Amino acid sequence: MTPELLNILNSIVFSATPLVIAGIGETITERAGVVNLSLDGSLALSAMVGFATALVTGNFLFGMIAAMAVGAAIALIIALAGIELRQDQVAIGFVLTLLCADLAQFLGQDYTGQSSRSLPQTPIPLLSEIPILGAIFFDHPVIVYFSYFLIIMTWYWLFHTRPGLELRAIGERPQAAFARGADVNRMRYVYTVLGGALVGLAGAAYTLAIRPGWSNPPSMRGDGWIALAIVIFGGWHPFRVVLGAYLFAGLRALSSTIQRDPSIEIPLALLNGLPWLLMIGTLLLVSTGALERLLNTLPRPVQRSLRSVLRSNPPAALGTRFDPD
Amino acid sequence: MSKAVQRIGFALVPVLISLLITALIIVIAGADPLAVFQSVLEGAFRSTSAFGGVVNFWIPLALCSMGLIVTFTAGLWNIGVEGQMVMGAIAASGVARSLGESLPNEALIPLEILAAMIGGGGWALIVGILKTRLGVHEIFGGVALNALANVYAIYLISGPWTPPEGGSAQSTSPFPTAALYQRASGDFPVSLLGLGIALAAILLVALALRGTRWGLHLKATGKNAKSALLLGVPTVQSALTAFMVCGALAGIAGSYRALLTYGSLRPFISGGIGFLALLVVLVAASRPVWTTLIALIFAVILGGSTRLRVALQLDQSLAGVLQGTVVLLVLLANGLRQRLAEPRRPRKEAPRATVERQRSVIID
Amino acid sequence: MNIELKHIHKRFGAVLANDDISLTFSAGRIVGVLGENGAGKSTLMKILSGYQRPDSGLILLDGQPAAYHSPLDAIAHGVGMLQQDPLDIAPFTVLENFTYGRPGGLSMGRQAARKALFEIARRYGFTLDPETPISHLSIGQRQQLEIARLLSLGVKTLILDEPTTGISAEQKTILFQSLRALARDDGMSILLVSHKLEDVIALCDEVVVLRGGRFVGGATMPATPEQLVGLMFGQPLPPEPRPAAQLGKPVVQLDHVTIRTPRLTIQDFSLTLRAGEVVGLAGLDHSGQELVLRACVGLARPSHGTLTIGGRDLTHKPYRDFVAAGAAFGAAGRIEEGLIAGLTTTEHIALTATTGALVNWANARTITEAQLKQYDVRGTPASPVETLSGGNQQRLLMALMPQSPVLMALEQPTRGLDVESARWIWAQLLERRAHGTAILFLSPDLDELIAYSDRIFVFFAGRFCEVPDVRAATIDQLGRLIGGDFTPEGR
Repeated sequence: MTPELLNILNSIVFSATPLVIAGIGETITERAGVVNLSLDGSLALSAMVGFATALVTGNFLFGMIAAMAVGAAIALIIALAGIELRQDQVAIGFVLTLLCADLAQFLGQDYTGQSSRSLPQTPIPLLSEIPILGAIFFDHPVIVYFSYFLIIMTWYWLFHTRPGLELRAIGERPQAAFARGADVNRMRYVYTVLGGALVGLAGAAYTLAIRPGWSNPPSMRGDGWIALAIVIFGGWHPFRVVLGAYLFAGLRALSSTIQRDPSIEIPLALLNGLPWLLMIGTLLLVSTGALERLLNTLPRPVQRSLRSVLRSNPPAALGTRFDPD
Repeated sequence: MSKAVQRIGFALVPVLISLLITALIIVIAGADPLAVFQSVLEGAFRSTSAFGGVVNFWIPLALCSMGLIVTFTAGLWNIGVEGQMVMGAIAASGVARSLGESLPNEALIPLEILAAMIGGGGWALIVGILKTRLGVHEIFGGVALNALANVYAIYLISGPWTPPEGGSAQSTSPFPTAALYQRASGDFPVSLLGLGIALAAILLVALALRGTRWGLHLKATGKNAKSALLLGVPTVQSALTAFMVCGALAGIAGSYRALLTYGSLRPFISGGIGFLALLVVLVAASRPVWTTLIALIFAVILGGSTRLRVALQLDQSLAGVLQGTVVLLVLLANGLRQRLAEPRRPRKEAPRATVERQRSVIID
Repeated sequence: MNIELKHIHKRFGAVLANDDISLTFSAGRIVGVLGENGAGKSTLMKILSGYQRPDSGLILLDGQPAAYHSPLDAIAHGVGMLQQDPLDIAPFTVLENFTYGRPGGLSMGRQAARKALFEIARRYGFTLDPETPISHLSIGQRQQLEIARLLSLGVKTLILDEPTTGISAEQKTILFQSLRALARDDGMSILLVSHKLEDVIALCDEVVVLRGGRFVGGATMPATPEQLVGLMFGQPLPPEPRPAAQLGKPVVQLDHVTIRTPRLTIQDFSLTLRAGEVVGLAGLDHSGQELVLRACVGLARPSHGTLTIGGRDLTHKPYRDFVAAGAAFGAAGRIEEGLIAGLTTTEHIALTATTGALVNWANARTITEAQLKQYDVRGTPASPVETLSGGNQQRLLMALMPQSPVLMALEQPTRGLDVESARWIWAQLLERRAHGTAILFLSPDLDELIAYSDRIFVFFAGRFCEVPDVRAATIDQLGRLIGGDFTPEGR
């Protein structure tokens, strides 16, 4: 494997990190039955606040905490509106998308064009020595390693713990969870806010690591929608969500390689449309059942053990309200 | 507290709080809120020509809003309205570029409007087909097609439609005057034709939803597509026509931006007006009269804030902050009011999940 | 466990669902709780099992007052309820579903749960594979799982809400055996909520009867169905006079129709319906009868065979062509499929009555007023349909159907209706039939099938057979067929 290819793969993993974190955050939220549609705005606002905080305090950790607080606060508004005030989660989420994006632009006007240090590269001793894999996965800033931890943790939590069972039940059939003693709405608050905090962290990942600095319009605009699509493509399963995020990042890397290649004559401007075509394409894979059919060609035993990964149905109670008497 | 006072309170308090929050944000940004509000009001009302600028925002905003009332009635979230504006602008620009030198204004404008309607309506139809035939939710289809429309516009501006004098990728060359909507006067730079079209759209949409079978079909489809189908409503056709009508109106709105506001095709020509129209319709709960009024208020904010950068070195995204906060708080206040109105709602069966989002399953 | 209910009151808006009910259930007994729809039996059982709270009244368990606030609380007190649609979580496996709700910490405790499930399943003859997802189970298996779960949580009183709806004869046998064992061997109290008298007679030691939210009496078994009906309705119902059939020429023809779905195949089904004929379709839920019925109006697509209505070949045609050919369809879930919540009665009438581009609202209102009156719908032209009661919704649906269609295909035309409303609906249907409309309907109510059908087809897992002589058919015979016993003895 050439060093060049290794470099590309390394950068794919690196640049996919915010999508991974935001996608997992949204997966957690939606698993609990709540839709946080505000991702595109949340990412922008938390990215801006995270960047500004880190710049002012000179401390990355403070920046990330501030970003997470912003994401959590936005999610809290959605939970409050959806659960307490019985408003349409999609409508509130959409309003917040626009509001937060404008807020980020307005509050960020003094930081526009500023850049700063980015999170330092911290190769993991020993692991980064592994041939190929080490160079791809273990030579990154800390936040990338956190995304690995998050993936495993979310998967384990969802499918191997009692609270994870409850989380899935709440989004699937809240009445049944209630009958088993779950405080459905309280847990929905918890997971919505938790998911929002992760979205906030993803925002900070952009401005503190992936593309350090703040610009206007912010560089991550649009990625919130892509993260939402990745959750659908990912069938609400952390592993497939990650796969989707890497796929997107990979195709982006590919298109930027194409851009650099003078022998290929595709107008630069049109290449920017690729992620969006890809987004529709991945959603079509799921909605037309093509993905399902593809996965069904796997051998039976594999299918059985991968059952939870393979299903593509949204949580049955997604976007609905639960009123215990 | 009487009912009326309560109603007014629930409408006014969120607006006042939004103003306070916005003031706070302005303070955080290091400016004087009073100066900002004054500047916005002056920006909108200081002269007929300034108010003309407001009307020039209102016309496309009202057109998009009326279109969105149609799609919301059919239970559809036409977030793709932005892209439909852009495609309308592109289509109208195409006509303006190719025939602008050879036809008189009276012949060009109808052609351009027709092209804009086809461009916007066709772009909306794609979202509709993705939704009804291929199961891709209209929010995702719309977001993607918005981006693609903008990508296409930028491609045209930086590629085939680059001004011969050399492109900065900022805009095409100005269109010939014959291809533009005619302004009423230098003092009032509004196209009366555009104004007329917007007013006609308001009237027609309001009447169509209230008094035609098509309107009833949309409503039935939006509330319960499954039942509607069984009661003989062609649900897919309803959804697709709703998309196309909205897209066509958005297309006209886009043509107004290209052929009046700028006189050329620019990147991101919609200026966020389509998204703003979604907010307007949400806050007006799809009622035509309220939609028209709120669109006007939002146009004032939008028009007034164009001067912010020059006057106070503030980003004009402040307009969006104020509008977004108002809409958010009004929606929250609605929820609060409903919550307070039903102290202990009797329920026949507990516990059960209530479907709250507008379901828009289109079945065939 | 001995249970005493004292002066239970529960009000929903204007309706007094439970009006001063006092009852005692003793340990080791199986008690049937009877009453027609709206009698208040479900509410009472939900109060007893913690799903709802009484407005006033007292629950005593073994003499001790018990105040609980949730179903889990009630289970901790030893009272568990099996809902008609078992409260399980479809994507979960059997084991996950069994595990979820058991006390414990962070870990799922799979091994302990697996062992507990295995023990209970073996003891009561349940067949439950721990790794099967719930969505692949039959209702009967889901009930078994839910019972196993409640038992493993230490429940000493088991309440079952209509447990024999939608389960096979074999599963019913297993269910009844295990319930008897639980009462006899473990001293459990079993409360069976049911409107199926044959089940109550077969299983219960005693019955209590509710009517209009009040406790109106009880009986110790054995009792005859007539006695029980007398208690439920105040006086025994006279048997329905069986209307004579006036058959005309064939109007609907299914010729060697095959319908395939991922779960079910109906092979080679043929049926000719004559004008004025009533054909009933019987079977457990999802045995194929729904597909056949929907195929007759173009809502399910046959892979083979042909379908004609009034001589027009409609194979593979969409629903609207069937409607144009004179078919009318009534779905089981009225407010989900049929009526549109949020629209008024007038808007519904306008939807079906308007033909031009414009809606004449004044005219629609006049028609609506007339229709509401004619069909005895208690509501106004401005009433949103979701505010109507179930019976009124069904009557409105009748009003929306064409006056004299060639075919009416109806799913559970009297679902959830009280006896009076059900009879009214059938009077309407029979009147249309007298004018030559052919009626195809499905129902889980065997009495209804026998009372109104000229012919009956029974479905089981996609297989089907015709009941040879409907006039001589009995509930027992139909029950055997529905359970899948298509042998000559079964028929």
